[in-house]
Amino acid sequence: MTTKAAITGVGMSQIGRRTERPAMAHLVEATKRALDCAGLSKDDIDGIATYPGKADNSPGMSPLGTGEVRNALGLQTRWHSAIPDGPSQMAPIMVAAMAVATGQARHVLCFRALTESSSQTASRRASIAGAGKARLGGWLSYLVPANAMSASNWAGWMAMRYFHEFGMTREHLGMVATGERAFAQLNPMAVMQSPLTMDDYLAARMISSPLGLFDCDVPIDGACVVIVSAADAAKDCAREPLIIEAMGAALGSQETWDQRTDLTTMGAHDSCTDMWKRTDMKPSDVDVLSLYDGFSIFVPYWLEAFGFCGHGEAKDFIAEGNIGPGGRFPVNTGGGQLSGGRLHGFGLLHEACTQLWGEAGDRQVANARTAVCGMGGGFIAGSMLLRRA
Amino acid sequence: MRPLPELTAENTAFWTGGSEGKLMIAFCKDCAAAIHPPQLVCPKCWCEMIDSRAVVGTGTVYSYTVNHQPWAPEMAVPFALAVVDLDDAPGVRVTAEVVNVDPETVTMGQRMRVSFLNLGDIWLPQWEPAI
Repeated sequence: MTTKAAITGVGMSQIGRRTERPAMAHLVEATKRALDCAGLSKDDIDGIATYPGKADNSPGMSPLGTGEVRNALGLQTRWHSAIPDGPSQMAPIMVAAMAVATGQARHVLCFRALTESSSQTASRRASIAGAGKARLGGWLSYLVPANAMSASNWAGWMAMRYFHEFGMTREHLGMVATGERAFAQLNPMAVMQSPLTMDDYLAARMISSPLGLFDCDVPIDGACVVIVSAADAAKDCAREPLIIEAMGAALGSQETWDQRTDLTTMGAHDSCTDMWKRTDMKPSDVDVLSLYDGFSIFVPYWLEAFGFCGHGEAKDFIAEGNIGPGGRFPVNTGGGQLSGGRLHGFGLLHEACTQLWGEAGDRQVANARTAVCGMGGGFIAGSMLLRRA
Repeated sequence: MRPLPELTAENTAFWTGGSEGKLMIAFCKDCAAAIHPPQLVCPKCWCEMIDSRAVVGTGTVYSYTVNHQPWAPEMAVPFALAVVDLDDAPGVRVTAEVVNVDPETVTMGQRMRVSFLNLGDIWLPQWEPAI
């Protein structure tokens, strides 16, 4: 049951660390590249969507909302939406797909812009949940006051439980990190280009056990734009439309990082199960995998959630060489967020599209026709299956 | 100064029970389900009669992590965070800092008991080894 939506263009700014460029400059660059990619012009864009919308609670995490971008780009839209509370960072892509499928818009500009690298100072660190607030509500209020301030803590206790139940070791996560670095060295856009050996990985300082420095993704400055188009409108675009075959957004547990009955699974398991119910395709049909790697441990969770291997089998699946360069199920071929930089899932989707268009240069996966993209960790999850027509 | 929870009708019993040394957990008066984080309605049966009562304050480590990164300028590291299955509130976990112990000695399945850290109008649960 194919959706009526397709991805027709992607664009990424020259991402980097401490670029000192305004977020809007990154966004304009990414937008122009995405429109060039799609063969569309400014006036073709009639929708705009983002995650999460303008937010000031964590430095540089989301400096731009849809309003500022509409103003700056002079867009006249028939649909706009900023979604902080949807199925992961993928929510704007999903909402855009629904908007074009219901005729609310034809071509929706979906964007993610971050200046976490430039915005970070000694006293204002990026990615601290609830930073700057005196009082917290919701799920954060059960974690941050307990000094569980960072997602690395939350992912850390997930990983510790997974290690305990299934015998995974730091070396397995090291294979994820070094494999993604090997891909990054084939991607001129990736921010981390120096070699990363297993010894380097194991020697790096611990952040929140069992997760060390190279298990954590890299804060960057940059922007990424994805154009979602109605399937009928997509036929007029410059590149072959990439059909959104299926999306999954189910969530079967509470909005918490500690109450899910089995923390060796996460929201991804629900969203992926839901996604596969909406298509006749199977994991064995997939050529390219873009899996959220805000922390390395999310990669084995996503592998199992999508069904590329069974529960508890990811460590062997990884050790057998399936996910790195030359593997049968290559993961995060642009370097992922661990080595490419944290574009909150948008960079991963950008890479999946680049692969499906056959434009991934030295890291191109031969005859790539189908990709999965999974965004989010913990209770946050969105799944997508993309295919060439 | 770490951020504190906002007190609400749902959570006041949980965050202030420590003033009497009690770990207060919400239970449904109808179906008896333990509800955490606390709610004004039972998520299982939608009964709106919710009773917060003291549990024994002991449990077993379901998972943990040792944090080494000082996320805030005044944060002393390392310290352990434990996700603890409560003994007498089925399905409920309380995640808290582990105190009065070498953080590197925290293990899976370790028995813990609650104590409290008072900050303003909030009593934060903390875990320490039960023995």
